[in-house]
Amino acid sequence: MTTAYVALASSTLGQAASTLFGVVEAVGGFIAILLIVFFVAGRVTGRLQRPIAIVICLGPALFLVTLGLIIPAITTINNSLRNQQFLGQLKTKYIGFKNYTYAFTDPYTQQTIIRTVLWLLIVPAMAVFVGLLVALLVDRMRYASIPKTMVFLPTAISFVGASVIWSYVYNYKAPSLPQTGLLSQVVMKLGWSNPPNWLITVPLNTFLEMIIMIWIQAGFAMVILGAALKGIPDEIIESARLDGASGIKLFRTVQIPMIRTTLVVVVTTVMITTLKVFDIVFTINNGNFSTDVLARQMYADMFVTNQVSRGSALAVILFLAVTPLIYYNVRTLRREREIR
Amino acid sequence: MKRHARFATAAVGVAALATVAGCSSGSSNTPTASAVPTLTGDCAQYQAYAGHSGSTVTMFGSILSPESDSLNKSWADFQKCTGITIQYTGSNTFESDLPVKVNGGNAPNLAIIPQPGLLQQMVATGTVKKPPAGTVANEANWNDAWKGYGSVDGTFYAAPMSANMKTLVWYSPKYFADNGFKVPTTWAEMMTLSAQMASKMTGPAKPWCGGIGSGTASGWPATDWLEEVVLGTYGGQVYDDWISHKVKFSDPQIQTAMQTVASWLQNPAWVNGGYGNVATIATTTFQDAGLPILKNECGMLQQASFYEAQWPKGTKVGPDGDVFAFKLPAVDPSITNPVEGGGEFVTAFADDPATQAVQNYLSSPQWADSRIKVAPGWVSANEKVDQTLYTDPIDQLSAKYLADPTATFRFDASDAMPAAVGSGAEWKAMVDWFGSGKSIKDVAAEIDAAWPTS
Repeated sequence: MTTAYVALASSTLGQAASTLFGVVEAVGGFIAILLIVFFVAGRVTGRLQRPIAIVICLGPALFLVTLGLIIPAITTINNSLRNQQFLGQLKTKYIGFKNYTYAFTDPYTQQTIIRTVLWLLIVPAMAVFVGLLVALLVDRMRYASIPKTMVFLPTAISFVGASVIWSYVYNYKAPSLPQTGLLSQVVMKLGWSNPPNWLITVPLNTFLEMIIMIWIQAGFAMVILGAALKGIPDEIIESARLDGASGIKLFRTVQIPMIRTTLVVVVTTVMITTLKVFDIVFTINNGNFSTDVLARQMYADMFVTNQVSRGSALAVILFLAVTPLIYYNVRTLRREREIR
Repeated sequence: MKRHARFATAAVGVAALATVAGCSSGSSNTPTASAVPTLTGDCAQYQAYAGHSGSTVTMFGSILSPESDSLNKSWADFQKCTGITIQYTGSNTFESDLPVKVNGGNAPNLAIIPQPGLLQQMVATGTVKKPPAGTVANEANWNDAWKGYGSVDGTFYAAPMSANMKTLVWYSPKYFADNGFKVPTTWAEMMTLSAQMASKMTGPAKPWCGGIGSGTASGWPATDWLEEVVLGTYGGQVYDDWISHKVKFSDPQIQTAMQTVASWLQNPAWVNGGYGNVATIATTTFQDAGLPILKNECGMLQQASFYEAQWPKGTKVGPDGDVFAFKLPAVDPSITNPVEGGGEFVTAFADDPATQAVQNYLSSPQWADSRIKVAPGWVSANEKVDQTLYTDPIDQLSAKYLADPTATFRFDASDAMPAAVGSGAEWKAMVDWFGSGKSIKDVAAEIDAAWPTS
């Protein structure tokens, strides 16, 4: 029995050691190759110097982008047009846009898409609203750093961590039992004697999950927008005040237009994050009880139920949905750079 | 399927690591001896597998430590005598890892596949090798149904390894004795007992408890409930046709079975003992589901033999202990001995002699006996296994039914259905059914719609 243990331990150790050894080998080899390339490149002079420099500087980035982004994208698009049901399946064939037709006609997927759009509309709007509100309110406060830190802290928490925290807040226990969920306890104290089981009540649960995302993103919005607000020259604010603008009018007609570019960047960034939301829905209840969103359904289709082609189609849809946002974002940034 | 304990991270001593770091392990199969050596003494029993000394056979499965340690111990003598090294690796994401490995040309020599559905997929990739003659001969020791689940389109590929019994109901013998309840032997008796219990129980106590929460696999325990009822009401043929979708979920027979489940485990007067209303079944984890039995807040829990691992330390399991199990009776008494179970299949991606020797050994009753002796909590459905070796009362109970040639044995249907249904739509639909009270008709329609067409 002991010998078996020893054999077992040594085989586990052997595996761990060889894995570690492999990693060290790979990283070391990579660094060595880079050093050699740089060394050789440094010695080259004359006509070849410039082209070699370009290749060496661009090469690794292009190589990695091709390997990690372009090839998988092409594979995914290719897969989405086939009838592949699982990885490595033989004899799959092209079936045109059937997977896309399915995605837009299947009632379950339709609901998923509608829900994702709801996320996309509500979360960025609320996150920016809350962030902007806090930034404005605490702008001239004495201990502004305290509320700012409180709002910003969640940004540092991972989505999964935040979801776990909030799932405790939303925890449900029958009203007769001692409560463990903060939300249930609060509303019961306020006189609602029989609160619902929050996370399985449709459609309330989707909105409760959105709150988690807003909670995380509001801090990010607050910091960026707060900085932009501070960046408005005092003279402009002063002259606006002299012209009789104050409060909401000042905010609407002077401050907002002045931070417009920043606002667009924040909204599109939050939108892109929201469109890709996966962790929260996955952690809270795995997309059950009508809370599924595009990214989670894609994951499940690809890796849980092995419907590779259907999952690929959803991935492509997600990709196409993000593209205009990124384009708009880049264009705004570029225009801003031109102005400066 | 969800019986394997979480991965216990192996603590690696740095000093020990330094000593072995030098030798990187080559995992290729290098059959050396051309002449088969004669094994003597204790090793003589392994003569049939001799002649491949120095070879390494890689094996990949979902079984994790400490259960994988028991496996390693069970073939320690085999390794010592034959000189074949079995290198086992476990993963808690086995089902998604295996297709990736196989697709990437990195298939293990042997894989321990717990779902016939996944076996079918692997065979369809054209990488699975047919078993050697010895394994095919050993297969006769199993109930015919098992051979069917290890076959794809009529060709036999994989021999079963372990088996678990799903047709069990957990209860507290103490609580039953104190209240004069009798273990039911028919479905009607079980229903009468439930009603009797419900009238006696107070507070959060109810006759039945349940939980189908299980992370990404939430919903699977409810698929088992439906499977038990389908098998126990209509028998094997309807059950098989249901797996192949000849009988749809919207079929009147399956609809009736769902009604039976609803009147049993969605009956507000009968569930959810210790937790609250029916909907709490959807949010309670399957691990927690049966714990109220220990507090006398729940009368019975329908769950598989592997639930034994969930009882807290110190819980006495046995006919006169804190908890024990009885066999769930058939809904229709004319169905003889319906038994639903699960298990694993040893699938080969290589056909070198060493791999085949391991395959032959693992399908032999000798290996099963050796594994049973290592630790309890493991049962084989091999009918040649020495039944007296089982020490654990649940193992004994499970083995009695699993190795019974007269039983109507069927494999977990959701594991045999296409993954899109068996690990997707059906799980989701069950969660909706219990959690948000969706109608039986809608639940069935949702599952049928997800059935892969092409």
